Amino acid sequence: MSIDITQFHQTFFEESFEGLDIMESGLLDLDIGAVDNDTINAIFRAAHSIKGGSATFGFTNIATFTHAMETLLDEIRDGHRSVSTEIVEVLLQSVDCLRDMITAQRDEEEPDGERITQLQQALDGLLGKENEDSEDDSLGGSQNKHDDGAPREWDISFTPHPHLLKTGNDPALLFRELESLGTLTTEVDLTGLPPLSEMDPEECYLSWKLKLSGSGVSEENIKEVFEWVEDDCDLVIKEIAPATATEEKPPREIPSNKKPIAKSVSKKSLTPESSSIRVSIDKVDTLINMVGELVITQSMMGNLDGDFEDFDHARLEQLREGLSLLERNIRELQESVMRIRMLPISFIFSRFPRMVHDLSQQLGKQINFEMSGEQTELDKTVMEKIGDPLVHLVRNSIDHGIETPEIRKQAGKPEAGSVNLNAYHKGGNIVIEISDDGAGLNKDRILSKALEKGLIEEGCQLSDEKIFELLFQPGFSTAETVSDISGRGVGMDVVRRNIRGLGGNIDIASKEGQGTTFTIRLPLTLAILDGQLVRIGNETYIIPLISIVESLLIAPENVNSIASTSEVYKLREEYIPIIRTHGLFGTTSDAEDLEDGLLVVIEGDGQKVGLFVDELLGQQQVVIKSLETNYQRVAGISGATILGDGTVALILDVEGIIGMSRKPGNGRNQHLEKAVA
Amino acid sequence: MSSISDSTKLDIGNDARINSSQYLTFLLGGEEYGVDILRVQEIKGWDNVTQIPNTPDYIKGVINLRGAIVPIIDLRQRFNLENSSYGPTTVVIVLKVINHEKERTVGIVVDAVSDVYNIATDEMKPPPDFGGIDIEFVNGLATIEDKMVITLNIDELLNTASISEAETAAH
Amino acid sequence: MASILAVDDSESMRQMVSFALKNAGHTVVEAVDGQDALAQAKTNKVNLVITDVNMPRMDGISLIRELRNLPDYKFTPILMLTTESTAEKKQQGKEAGATGWLVKPFNPDQLISTINKVLG
Repeated sequence: MSIDITQFHQTFFEESFEGLDIMESGLLDLDIGAVDNDTINAIFRAAHSIKGGSATFGFTNIATFTHAMETLLDEIRDGHRSVSTEIVEVLLQSVDCLRDMITAQRDEEEPDGERITQLQQALDGLLGKENEDSEDDSLGGSQNKHDDGAPREWDISFTPHPHLLKTGNDPALLFRELESLGTLTTEVDLTGLPPLSEMDPEECYLSWKLKLSGSGVSEENIKEVFEWVEDDCDLVIKEIAPATATEEKPPREIPSNKKPIAKSVSKKSLTPESSSIRVSIDKVDTLINMVGELVITQSMMGNLDGDFEDFDHARLEQLREGLSLLERNIRELQESVMRIRMLPISFIFSRFPRMVHDLSQQLGKQINFEMSGEQTELDKTVMEKIGDPLVHLVRNSIDHGIETPEIRKQAGKPEAGSVNLNAYHKGGNIVIEISDDGAGLNKDRILSKALEKGLIEEGCQLSDEKIFELLFQPGFSTAETVSDISGRGVGMDVVRRNIRGLGGNIDIASKEGQGTTFTIRLPLTLAILDGQLVRIGNETYIIPLISIVESLLIAPENVNSIASTSEVYKLREEYIPIIRTHGLFGTTSDAEDLEDGLLVVIEGDGQKVGLFVDELLGQQQVVIKSLETNYQRVAGISGATILGDGTVALILDVEGIIGMSRKPGNGRNQHLEKAVA
Repeated sequence: MSSISDSTKLDIGNDARINSSQYLTFLLGGEEYGVDILRVQEIKGWDNVTQIPNTPDYIKGVINLRGAIVPIIDLRQRFNLENSSYGPTTVVIVLKVINHEKERTVGIVVDAVSDVYNIATDEMKPPPDFGGIDIEFVNGLATIEDKMVITLNIDELLNTASISEAETAAH
Repeated sequence: MASILAVDDSESMRQMVSFALKNAGHTVVEAVDGQDALAQAKTNKVNLVITDVNMPRMDGISLIRELRNLPDYKFTPILMLTTESTAEKKQQGKEAGATGWLVKPFNPDQLISTINKVLG
């Protein structure tokens, strides 16, 4: 009748990870001076659950490790031990270690034995254990051994206390258990019974004399039967035939040597990309409702199908209504489906308190870290990919942005710096802000570094915006030493590339001495794009709205040519290169002369260019389809979509186009060469 | 807008003998070619194509096939035969192509569809080097009812995944 | 065939206990903490209660005490699931009115044989 309990392992792992998160955030919240009871209890319970579960499922190493943590926490919650920074640190590291152990168990890999031993010793050290035997019988119940099977006889006198029944125990059931050991005879003693008028039916007034005989029955066996009621009765056990039965449980020894705690920086990586998603039942129910409405609309439209003679104006109206209803149904369905892939950003935000805590300790800085908008939802894949860039930016803020407490005091700032992480929806995008009240960006330092690297020329005037732009150049780092925390070869250029890769953008705002804010804008989903349809010649292209700065009629007087090889457009204070797709794509526009067409100013990679198009054809949301599924990547094209009329339109890759246009002979001078020739 | 968007799925007969395969044959520039029928997804009429920039001429562009973006290759141009114009009988055969263990859907423009034949493996002769089409595209030659049928290796022929830049630049 | 209330804030433990009990032919009602359990016990009378000790909102000991105050549950067997090996918790449990205990970790077979002791 053996049940396979491995089916519950997965649930155990999941709830253990949740428990570890609770422990971690509880430990971080713990105010050493004034320990909050609820918090410490929550931490204890989480550890207790993990210990119990891991022992039950046979993960002994996890159980042993957690036991030490649990004991420590128990002492704290009982008030027998006060909390210290050291204890919190050891516990935090133990949480990390436990996380790794459980992950290793789940993935059937080997955990880091050395680290486990070190932390175990650290915990034992705190508990003050030195060669003790702990009463640790939580690992495996003790089995009573029967001895050699010789027949034995016992006299048992059993007198329950009056309230015994109220413990839910039943003498009859106890006797039934005794019968499983051997032959039982019972003799009831009624002398304790009071007269009926005084009798309380809930009390037990009876007692018994029992005789038990069986082979190999020991006193231990009998005591075990009465284990639960030993305080609720008078029990006398006497053996009739002589025998010696001594049982001893050998004390368990846990040796421990005190060794220094090794510092292990938690290398908890962000949630690996998983291919499944937890969806709340509400979202599923909404979907089901939407589909239901769709079915209704369809059947309604189906009714319109009749004899063609009847197809009159009224029918046409109904058809029109049906179509608009259909459009609404589908739009709602689409939004609902999108929402399934949306998860609250708290999934990645939750890593930060711990990271900030560790970092601030490591760097000797005091940080007040606040997060807001954790419930803001975004696409699961976008979220997984934005994690690392965010980590980099927050690390940057703490490492380079926030000054040391001394410097801050001198500057008249509070010793503790503030770092804020904020997320909200705006205009079809999700906006994430990382702001700090630190030193801000030093424009001069950036300029001199850029000069050094040959990124700019001597004496060139740049706006603040352009100066901050320089930070995104590859290999750029104004840190005096590339600290291993944030300078590890992951530069701001990679951050921006990753964000761009998700169809988003990043901006910097900073005031020296006051602080810096990074603002990231991301589309809510990867699969859908807000696009501007444009016509160039015979072809329709889609330009992502997020990349369009503005569109304008070309005023010929603003067109200038440079060295008769390229054209630029003077837009207010800037000169913007004009790109004709003929050179890029080989498609010809209708208009030859610039003044017959339009200029769409697009921005990418910190540059602006003007794309010459024949006509603007309206804006719409398009579903992005990959060209690579059946074909391959095409330079300058980021994907394709299917328009309302069923035809395929290509989506322009703005950065790709800008890159292509910089190569000589592309897009800028074809027609000029023609003209010259 | 398409004229006749006629899409028919072929019946794969169950009477394939062991050691033979069924081929769908089509006409192109006066020759008859065959493709493994198990790779034929459907047959369509010619529809408007959306051009893709910077691709060889024989890649006409892409179409929308029930929501999927499918490239269309003009075999005449691929084989460097003289161009002909597309007419009402122009047909697109949509094929399942396998490159590097990945399946793709690609369509080819042909003059007309011919028939379905069983060709036994031993009836197929290896192709001589006739300098017309690249040998690697040809599986073999077979004689059916006095006609010569050139069976094509579509995985080689339609390897859309690796249309190199060099090729594009060359044309 | 009995109706059993299983109380534990750990989902995996609940699942296992539930599964084992159902497998043995009993009906199971689950609760996630003491408060939940008390509410359930009031609406569905059960023959046996199995409860963890450490739970949020209302712990096992308090639950036992509350249950014993209900007329329907004066004599109902109530078992504690505990990893606590110290006498203190068991003592508290007994004082609150527990029938007995089962020490974690236990396997499903041990669970079944233990509950059989108290089911008539």
